[in-house]
Amino acid sequence: MHSMTRIQAALNPVWLIVQRELRDYLRDWRMLLPSLILTVGFPFLMNGFTFVAVNFVNRYGANLVVERLVPISILIIGFFPLTTSLLAALESFVGEKERGTIEPLLSTPLEDWQLYLGKLIVSTLLPLTSSFLSILIYIVLIAYQRMVMPSILTIVQLLLLTVSHAVLMVSAAIVISTQSTSIKGANLLASFIVIPVAILMQGETFLLFWGNEDVIWLGVLAVLVMAALIVRLGLAHFQREYLLGREIDMLHVSWLARTFWKYFKGETCSVIEWYRILVAESLKKAAYLVLMLALLSVVSIVASYLWAQQELSDHVTLLLPESRMERIERLRGSFLSASGIEEPFYLHPWFLFFHNLRAVLIAAFFGLFSFGVLNVVLYMLNTSVIGVVLGIFNLLGYSPLPIALAGILPHGIFELPALILSCAILLRAGIVLVTPQAQRTIGEVLLDVVADWMRVMIGVVIPLLLIAALVESYLTPYLLLRFVSFP
Amino acid sequence: MIETYDLSKVFDDFWAVNGVSLTVRPGQVLALLGQNGAGKTTTVRLLTALLRPTRGWARVYGYDVATQGSQVRAFIGVLTEQHGLYLRMTAREYLDFFGKAYRLDPQQRVARRDQLLEYFGLTAFADRRIGEYSKGMKQKLALARALIHDPPVLLLDEPTSAMDPESARLVREHIAGLKSSQRTIVICTHNLIEAEMLADTVAIIHRGRILIQGTLDELKESVLGPREYRVQFAHPWSLDGFAPPPGAVLVHHDPLSLRFRVDRPHYVNPQLLQELVACRAPVVAMQEVPRSLEQVYLKVMENVQKSDA
Repeated sequence: MHSMTRIQAALNPVWLIVQRELRDYLRDWRMLLPSLILTVGFPFLMNGFTFVAVNFVNRYGANLVVERLVPISILIIGFFPLTTSLLAALESFVGEKERGTIEPLLSTPLEDWQLYLGKLIVSTLLPLTSSFLSILIYIVLIAYQRMVMPSILTIVQLLLLTVSHAVLMVSAAIVISTQSTSIKGANLLASFIVIPVAILMQGETFLLFWGNEDVIWLGVLAVLVMAALIVRLGLAHFQREYLLGREIDMLHVSWLARTFWKYFKGETCSVIEWYRILVAESLKKAAYLVLMLALLSVVSIVASYLWAQQELSDHVTLLLPESRMERIERLRGSFLSASGIEEPFYLHPWFLFFHNLRAVLIAAFFGLFSFGVLNVVLYMLNTSVIGVVLGIFNLLGYSPLPIALAGILPHGIFELPALILSCAILLRAGIVLVTPQAQRTIGEVLLDVVADWMRVMIGVVIPLLLIAALVESYLTPYLLLRFVSFP
Repeated sequence: MIETYDLSKVFDDFWAVNGVSLTVRPGQVLALLGQNGAGKTTTVRLLTALLRPTRGWARVYGYDVATQGSQVRAFIGVLTEQHGLYLRMTAREYLDFFGKAYRLDPQQRVARRDQLLEYFGLTAFADRRIGEYSKGMKQKLALARALIHDPPVLLLDEPTSAMDPESARLVREHIAGLKSSQRTIVICTHNLIEAEMLADTVAIIHRGRILIQGTLDELKESVLGPREYRVQFAHPWSLDGFAPPPGAVLVHHDPLSLRFRVDRPHYVNPQLLQELVACRAPVVAMQEVPRSLEQVYLKVMENVQKSDA
């Protein structure tokens, strides 16, 4: 009971901010009118489009497309009001700063999180109400026109996706709003929200067309986790000082370079010292994540091996014996050519090196936008390929152990640690980003984690990938020919 | 009480406040004077725990601004440089909002809100949107916001700017009342007459550093030198045979008046008068030559510009 009262007392100021903002929003016809027009008008527009599209595809008997078109329309309808309300979220802090109203508010004893949460709730609530209203109007229109109605479960999924889009976009907009010094600057930075969310929407559209409900649930979960992490990031780095400390938006390139170099090089004076102190420290800090990812690799390899045994056996046994022989011969041929007779480009060390480096960089790119989470997913996909390949070999009649020992282990002992390290450092970067650090700005933290990743990439990952490529190109084919007997 | 020691704040490479040490006791008003960009607003923001000091420390009402920001803000009333009002709210809603933010209980909040609206003559307009208010009304409402929780410490940036003379007098009287009820008050202002009327101590800040601080008398003494006194005669009088006593220096004379610079007036002035009377000078009045804070300020700034050059 006592703790409930405490929670209520802590949440009262949040509600106070929400009430005030709501009142302000509802009294501003310049915000209200466009939102209302979009909320009410867009479902009719979309309905007209869907009606024409359905009639068109019906002529060709593409019923599956018709079924999928309505959920996608709902997703788009839910998304549109969010885009206009992004402006309100973007100016939540920086707008108040420009109008001079932020300082009296910041001078009250309200805690940072209460201010932040209040702004976040109101900025999410308004666009969501408008999105849900649009969706409701659209569903009524569909029902009225007796078009194919999505299942209740699909509608729930779509509503959850809309909620996660709202939280994701609004929380990212508020992070931008707290880090900008002008509304103009915040609007310019908004493309960093719209572009990833547009890519995300494309992915979701793909999932909806594909129609696998389990995967859509995973997608909903992933987007919700991302949204929660961005909220956490905003809370962790919200500082009153940052809102008042700077007056104009300036990109200090020299400061960026200086700060990055400071983090990258530290106080070290030689490469050996750099390795001994900084690289070692980076590795030490990520040690527990390395261990966790190594365990995940084992789980992923074993699980994918078992999956291949179960799911692919029919496909492999269905192959005609000639076709099987042809494939094995092709495989053997490639190993023979790699051993000196004729070197195919895909076993050239540089090709292998750049191929692996590209994979690491792509995974890192996605990791940067997802607090390291997508990097882990992509890493596990990579390791699961090992399990699937071993499983297929087993189905083709080869013992997986010699193949693993001769064909994967020699270069794998360099390649896998390289992948694990890059992944672990980025995952740690995600953790550091969502951890409050009162003494540093979000920019400094970002530069620090990028420097940390670059240190490990240059100092360890790239050399390991080079060694792995050389071993895979020159040693692995010989070992495979020597220890694996091909029929 | 406000205490700071070596309080400093750097933005990138720019020291906005550099080594500020101040003490303001309950019942005292400190006027913080300086040009635009001198560091007054940054100092106030440091004292409000909105900015974290780069170096040094500050304690407000016993709380450290670096580590106890929330407590510091609970006991401070701030009038910011811009009035910062929510223009779509009414005055009543606005004061209510801040009353709740300062966690006043409902009865206390309503009483305090109505009392302040009444005091500043805003009751008749309390349910109008603030956007419709005049500049002076907005300023009064902003001051009411700073006072809503009856804080023991007040930081006021240009408290009477944009106000008509009657309103400005009302605000000055209110500040004087707060001072006598043992509030600790810091005023940042360009209005030197107002500063002179209200302040017990004055600090002049330039490029983040306190150039000079002290009571008004101390500043006048140290910047403008010893006090000057003017003696007026009933009819023209000649100086022949008159020698000023030790400690008094004659700085100007004409047939109808003399002006002296006196080091220790309590001791020297009676001797001076005796001497004049002895010399049959037709003295009708003797008074101190008034010296304003403006003279002090301009002299200090002139010295700074000279040393900068």
